[in-house]
Parts: sequence; structure tokens; C-alpha cells
Amino acid sequence: MKRYSAFAVAREALSDHTGWGRAWRKAEPKRRYDVVIVGAGGHGLATAYYLGKNFGITNVAVLEKGWLGGGNTGRNTTIIRSNYLQDSSAAIFEKSRALYEGLSQDLNYTVMFSPRGVIMLAQTEHEVRGYQRTAHANALQGVTTEWITPQRVKELVPIINLSGPRYPVLGGLWQARGGTARHDAVAWGYARACSAMGMDIIQQCEVTGVRRDGDKVTGVDTTRGAIDCDKLGLVVAGHSGSLAQMAGFRLPIESVALQALVSEPVKPCMDVVVMANTVHGYMSQSDKGEMVIGGGTDGFNNYTQRGSFHHVEETVRALIETFPMISRLKMLRQWGGIVDMTGDRSPIISQTPVEGVFINCGWGTGGFKAIPGSGWAMAELMARGHSPLAEDFTLDRFTEGRFIDESVAAGVAH
Amino acid sequence: MLILHCPYCGVDAEETELSPGGEAHVKRFGPGASDEEFRDYLFARENPKGVHFERWRHANGCGKWFHAARCTMTLEVFGTYSAQTTEPPKEIRDAITAKRPGWTWREVE
Repeated sequence: MKRYSAFAVAREALSDHTGWGRAWRKAEPKRRYDVVIVGAGGHGLATAYYLGKNFGITNVAVLEKGWLGGGNTGRNTTIIRSNYLQDSSAAIFEKSRALYEGLSQDLNYTVMFSPRGVIMLAQTEHEVRGYQRTAHANALQGVTTEWITPQRVKELVPIINLSGPRYPVLGGLWQARGGTARHDAVAWGYARACSAMGMDIIQQCEVTGVRRDGDKVTGVDTTRGAIDCDKLGLVVAGHSGSLAQMAGFRLPIESVALQALVSEPVKPCMDVVVMANTVHGYMSQSDKGEMVIGGGTDGFNNYTQRGSFHHVEETVRALIETFPMISRLKMLRQWGGIVDMTGDRSPIISQTPVEGVFINCGWGTGGFKAIPGSGWAMAELMARGHSPLAEDFTLDRFTEGRFIDESVAAGVAH
Repeated sequence: MLILHCPYCGVDAEETELSPGGEAHVKRFGPGASDEEFRDYLFARENPKGVHFERWRHANGCGKWFHAARCTMTLEVFGTYSAQTTEPPKEIRDAITAKRPGWTWREVE
């Protein structure tokens, strides 16, 4: 792997930039690996990366049905924050946010992490109380957030309309060190670093079955032949249910479509991320100038990667009351991703009923921000059989009633 | 937009007129059920890629609950039927078989 640096750019310029080579190797599947990870999205690649970096396990294959980072990693609205109510959530999301701060240096790949700050608007009295409570909880958890007044919101977001008839802004929960990052670069950066450690990233390789010897996993069947492994990590978001079915267990998960859309590019007008949970809308401005808008999920099971049009309309209708200037913007693109929703809207990072099979899923509508922390915890769980960050996110919490109820804490989008 | 025929009032209702209610035919076990059975009732779902039986409420219409058979890969609707049943009726299953030969229901127990 060629190290990226200012010096390298100058050196390669001498040969007209023809000598860079692939960022990651194209690999043919081997017969056997110590660890096979299914899913080359952010979470799967991060898991592989931290297995190698933190535990020295590099005989690893990452299998991907489509192309690298082509699922929800490339479909989200790239928001990074850790202002959660419950202690277990705050711990793993704050770990993740902290890892994002140094990720470009760690991976030697620019992920364009931009700690521009995230505001969650309080637009009802209920939200005011809820976010003040979250700010207090965050103070105890060591997560830096603060409750800010409407005047402060206006200073941070000059284009906002504080006194909308239906949705007046009553304040906000402000996390100054939250922000955005370039989603594709996160997947590419991890892939390049994994490949440099000798791991095989195999695209267009769909898993068709899980091989077992009694209650223990022995490998996987794929469209490119059988592959043996000691440990298997399933990190496939919306398609977790199908993989779990192949392995022989069920998950407390339903897959639904979540949509996002972007406007035409405009000059810089908003340099923070704004989330408005009452109206199911969140917005930020990309480096290209597009307003990136995320909406709510559909209520019914769906694998089509496209959502209902009326949800887009609801989101935009509400946002133009809060941001009147966007009413004149043309929308360029709209797309959907399949998100895996658990009963308590918190993720699952867990061992499974099948020995040697580990699962990391259920990130629902908020997976991008969690990629480094999720990979860190999943790698620790797979290498050691236990991870402090993941211990509350086990599958058996649904039997034991130990829910991590962020759906109540966050309102909707999180 | 998804359009479902309400078997009670006979209207072909658009999605905005309806409220989704999740998977249908989920079995609730009686008093003395195990923790695992109660977990499955509350949380375990088929979540299939393909034929899905689900509950809908004609919320902005007659207000009744009914069931629908729908494909989660194509959004094709195979039919709707009364909610007063514990399993999909034969004509619905036949309609699905006609379009998806070899489909099965609840493979994983």
C-alpha cells in the first residue's frame, strides 16, 4: 500500500499520477479463513479493521454480495453525534464519535470528518423537557452537550424561522463536537487499511448458506464456492433476517425503508446539522452545497430500497416552515435504504445460538455515526468473547426484558 | 403508492388512508408461557424477503383492522382478507401459489 501524504502527491505528480495503484486488492476467495465477515459496509469493514489492528487477527475475509459500501453506508445522511439518553448507548456512540475525530490519521485516508456541531430542535414542550433531561444525562456520561436557547439557535442557524405557527423553536440540544463525514470515504478508508493488513475483501460474493457441525459454525456457502472459517460475523443490516435464517435462528428485527433526498447545490447557508424530530426531518449542507435532507421511515416491511412518496412530502412540508428559504430549492435526488429496526430501537452486537456466529445489526436509522465504535466493540467480542461496550446489546435482552429504550428517549429519528 | 382493498367497507384505499400494524398471525401464548414464548410474541418476526402477511387499519376510513398478503421485494399485493382468522385463508394462499410457486410460510419455528 502506498502511504498517502502531501509528499506522495508531489512524487506521483512527476509521473502524471499514473502510479497510484488500487486502494485495495482485488481478492479471490481462499478455502479457509480464521474469521469471515459477511457484509462490506462500514460496520463490517470496521469490524475487520479492528480485529487486525487491536487483536492481530488478519486471516480475515470480508464478503460482499454487491459492491463495497453500496448499501446503507452510501445511503445515509452522514450525521455523527452521541447525545443519547441511555448510558449504554452514550458509551458506544461517544466511543464512535471520538474514533471519528482521529480516523483520517488512523486510516491514512481522508474521511472529511467535519465537527460542525449538531442541534436537535425542541419544538414542543415535551421535547424541551426531554432534551433538558438528555443534556443532564450526557453531563453524567461525560458527553459534552448543552441545552441552548432559541436566540442561540438563531445565532447558529441564521436561516431558521423560530416562530413558525405550528412548530415554534423553543430551544435545542447542542452537541458542538458532532458533525458529518464523507460516508463513502469511511468505507473506502477501512477497506484500504484492511487490505494493507493482508485481509481479503471479496465483492460480488453472496452468502447462500451457513455450514454447521451441530451447534458450531464451520463455514459458509457462497456464489463463489464454500469457505471454511472458525468464526463468522454477520454484519448485513437490513438483510440480517435472511442470514440469521440460514444460520438457523430468528431475530427481533423488521426491515423497513428509510428515505433521504438532496437539493440542488447552493452557496453556503448553514454550517451546522439541524435535526427536527417532531416533524421527522433533519438537514445539513454538504461540501458540494446540496441541502441533505433525511426523513422518516415507512411503517411497513419493505426490501425495495425505495420508500413512499408521501413521506418525502411530509418531511419537506414541515421543514419549509422551519427553513422558509428552502421552499424555492429544487430537489435533485431521492433514495431509500433498508434499515433493520429492533423492538427497542437499539442495536444488537451479540453472540448467537450458533457457536462461533456473531451478529452486529439493528442499527436502524442511525448506523453511520456508529461505524467505528460498532466495529471496535464487535471486533473485541469476536476476538475475546466479551466486550464491555457491547455487553448490554446482547440478543437475550429481549428475553430478559433489559431494553435500551432509545425509541422513547429519542422520539423518532436517531 | 400502495393501494389495498378494504375487505370490510370495500374501498380501494390508498396508503395515506391506512395505518400499518405489523406482522399478522403472531401467536400469543396463554398464562404460564415461557419467557422465550413471550419474547417471540413481542419481538420475533418473520421479516421475509418475499411473501408477508400483515395487519393494516383503515384508519382514515371505516376504521376496521384487516389483513393483507404482500411481497416485500416487489410491493405486489396478493390480496386482503378479514382479520377474524388465525391463518391466511385458502384462496389467499392459492393466489400466492399462482404467482410464487413453491413459496412457504413460517419455515423457521
